[in-house]
Amino acid sequence: MTDADRRPAPAASEPDGHPRAGRSEAIAGSLPEHHERPSTAAESPIGRSITRSGGVERATGSQPYVADLHLDGTLHARLVHLDVARARIRSIDPSAALAVPGVRLVVTADDLPDPMPRFGPGYADRPLLATGETKYHGEPVAVVVADTVDAADEAARLVRVEAEPMPAVLTIEQALDPSSPLVREPELRDPDDPLRASNTLAEWRFGWGDVDAAVADRVIENVYTAAATTHFAIEPHAFMAAPDRDGVAIWSTIQHPYVLQRLVAATLDLPVAKVRVFAPDPGGAFGGKQHAKYEPLLALLALRLGHPVRLVLTLEETFQAVRGPTFGIHIRSGFRSDGTIAFQDIESNGLLGAYADIGHRVVSKSSYLACGPYRTPDARIHVRALLSHTPPATALRGFGSPQMAWAFESQMDEAARTLGLDRLEIRLRNLARRGEEIVRGAGDTPADGEWAQAVRKAAAWIGWDAPRPAGHGRGLAVGIKSSATTGASYAIVRLLHDGSATVLAGTSDMGQGARTLLAQIAAQELGTSVDRVAVVMGDTATAPYDMQTSASRSTVFMGTAVQRACADVRARLAELASTTYGIPLPDVEVLPGTVRLPDRRLTFVELMADAFGPMLGEVIGSGSRRGAYLADHPLGGHAAFYEFSCTASEVAVDPETGEVRLLRHVTVSDVGRALNPTQVAMQDEGAAMMGLGQTLMEHLVFDADSGRIENLGALDYRIPTTKDVPLEMASLVVENEDGPGPYGSKGTGESGLLSTAPAVASAITDATGVVLRDLPLTPERIWRALRDRRP
Amino acid sequence: MAADELRIRIAVNDDRRELDVAVHHTLLDVLRDRLGLTGTKECCAEGECGACTVLLDGRAVNSCLILAVEADGREVTTIEGLADGDRLSRLQAAFLERGAVQCGFCIPGMVMSAHYLLSHTPHPDAAEIREGLSGNLCRCGGYNQICSAVALAASTADAEAGE
Repeated sequence: MTDADRRPAPAASEPDGHPRAGRSEAIAGSLPEHHERPSTAAESPIGRSITRSGGVERATGSQPYVADLHLDGTLHARLVHLDVARARIRSIDPSAALAVPGVRLVVTADDLPDPMPRFGPGYADRPLLATGETKYHGEPVAVVVADTVDAADEAARLVRVEAEPMPAVLTIEQALDPSSPLVREPELRDPDDPLRASNTLAEWRFGWGDVDAAVADRVIENVYTAAATTHFAIEPHAFMAAPDRDGVAIWSTIQHPYVLQRLVAATLDLPVAKVRVFAPDPGGAFGGKQHAKYEPLLALLALRLGHPVRLVLTLEETFQAVRGPTFGIHIRSGFRSDGTIAFQDIESNGLLGAYADIGHRVVSKSSYLACGPYRTPDARIHVRALLSHTPPATALRGFGSPQMAWAFESQMDEAARTLGLDRLEIRLRNLARRGEEIVRGAGDTPADGEWAQAVRKAAAWIGWDAPRPAGHGRGLAVGIKSSATTGASYAIVRLLHDGSATVLAGTSDMGQGARTLLAQIAAQELGTSVDRVAVVMGDTATAPYDMQTSASRSTVFMGTAVQRACADVRARLAELASTTYGIPLPDVEVLPGTVRLPDRRLTFVELMADAFGPMLGEVIGSGSRRGAYLADHPLGGHAAFYEFSCTASEVAVDPETGEVRLLRHVTVSDVGRALNPTQVAMQDEGAAMMGLGQTLMEHLVFDADSGRIENLGALDYRIPTTKDVPLEMASLVVENEDGPGPYGSKGTGESGLLSTAPAVASAITDATGVVLRDLPLTPERIWRALRDRRP
Repeated sequence: MAADELRIRIAVNDDRRELDVAVHHTLLDVLRDRLGLTGTKECCAEGECGACTVLLDGRAVNSCLILAVEADGREVTTIEGLADGDRLSRLQAAFLERGAVQCGFCIPGMVMSAHYLLSHTPHPDAAEIREGLSGNLCRCGGYNQICSAVALAASTADAEAGE
């Protein structure tokens, strides 16, 4: 009998699936190959590896992505940018470009409203086009619109820009240096902002207890850095806008269509209802497609020209549009001789680009948990979001949490080494138990899982205590991420007369498989099969509001909204049965798929046939889930749950080249309950692969003089291929059904990369003795460290 | 025919076509923009990501690196040419079965590369599968599932052949 067999079927009378506090079952053993697990009940779709919804379309090439769409009369846009980060724009001469046959328009800042419209999710700071000076390599100074892609390409090359290169701020040190030029004009900042004459966009001070009074037997102080990396979704960003009666329609590779809708409405001064955003399933996003990039500009062009206008970025332009923040984390950790943490004193600097995008929140939210999933008696965390002349930094899978784990977990290793403790043991000694605070005194969500189970499971898989083969090293590390701190997801479920159902949900399915998950939940709650449920997403005019698809929230937030909408459908069916058959409402019970009357049972289809007759009809339910917004809380609310994971890795290092061979790699994620085990494994292994890229090879290289990105594009910016997959790899889960989502689920999707870097680095140190503190751990860096160690 | 165009004859998924194509347009441009075969994807446009992989006379190529005029007189197979109506090819079915499809943007190219691999190496070992697919990037990171799907397709081919 497997663990899954013992699990009771979800009770229909508990539609919210709220956590049963403290519940803990034995951990399921390793998933068998391909992660197939028996179903909870013969008919239940929950906990089963239902094949990905939309899979056939993706495997046959018929899945439509934004760049595959075509509207009659579409014009093509191409951006004009400079080969330098910061330059004063002296003049722009479009005459040669306008002479190209088929060119309709060349637009510069001078052709746009004055003052320049600016937008952004936190700060309205990004202009439609560069005005006065460019602030990063790739910032567009003009846009060309033409009848054909060829004409637009040719004309973009012919726009003559006279510009004077200017000194640029490119590093954390430069951003903190008071003598550096200012990235943001002080007049564009809040007049009451005391930081307006600096390159610090915002700063935060978190903490509890009294670090200065804390007593420690050993203090370990280091600086850890993590380079800027880019998302590199295989689908480059693409946008299209078209006049739509008295409004505008937008097609975008966007993750957050409702945020975009609101923002375009504000930019164009339109009612929100007059902006319709179509968001076809993105071809990978990883945070890079959360927020608007060129949609407001395209909307303006489409309305001005009265035609659809389309812009498909090159991969190089996509690199210039999005990246993750650069981090420098100065951490001073106090330990007692038994390995327990006495205090953490942390200065976390995140280097954003020229415009905030959502980067400031990446830095603050991740740094809020800079002490990790541990009991920390005293903490002081000083956080800065810094501006620079680099592409805007935004969300990137993990939202800064992997970089925090890089620092606090590397410190744990160093503490273990200096105190003579086992690296596994020191973590278990400090790990918060369920209900214990990890951030103290702010009423935050306490530890919400049996986290030690994940650590022990990873240690067991890697064979932590087994002798190491010669030349091999093992490492283990944990990671934690605060999930959504606020949220608002709405869903509508339409039960159709034949018993099939349409789910309207504003979530974006960018590869994580939200469509499948939501169909599974609706099928479970309505007592039907997944193939009789259609999930409609990606159209703000059709699906109700969803705040956003981020922070691994959708299973918990939208999943609950769908579950509640199904409960609403059942409540309406009960009313329908009561009136149709003249039975008092309390005598009617509606369970998934079945209407129970005092004397008989009916299917939903039978009830609807009796109730609606030949004119037919449908039953519509709605549901929502919101997270409380707390204005006084630094993050705006408490984490709905934590993503916790443990990574263990075994490596060998070539001393001659510094190359790391990944021999074995495991991630264990606390998912509450895996509603679709294959999709969980896909997400976690995928995250691990991205984490391995960020750990070992990925970094954007900025030319120190010009601020130009030196490795734009796939040739020079390497991401993992099939040949970089660890020789043996596993993705395991801990399931205690203790999450706030349907059936005790938590979100996952980022877990697999939260602790990749410190685990792999720990293994490298174990194998070689050298300690590295700067990501990525390139062969060159490892080789240099090995060389420098030699006498 | 415009001055910078040439007439080519190509067979795309067994459909013989005669087209006037701009000399600077790639095979990828013509497949997507002229023939509406948008299953073939564009990402890096420099032959590194493999999203645009098609078969040219049976060999896997990056269609972003082949000028359309170079395809004159040759046979092209795209992802749209693999399924038989509603019936998925063995490889496509294996990709779904193994959970290899996430966002899906790399999948057409991945399937074409795998198809080519199995056409010349029907019994690839794990290393050969990794090598054969190493020119196709998947950022969702589903490499294990993808490689497992290719192995499955190879083994089911054996089963169907009665081996």
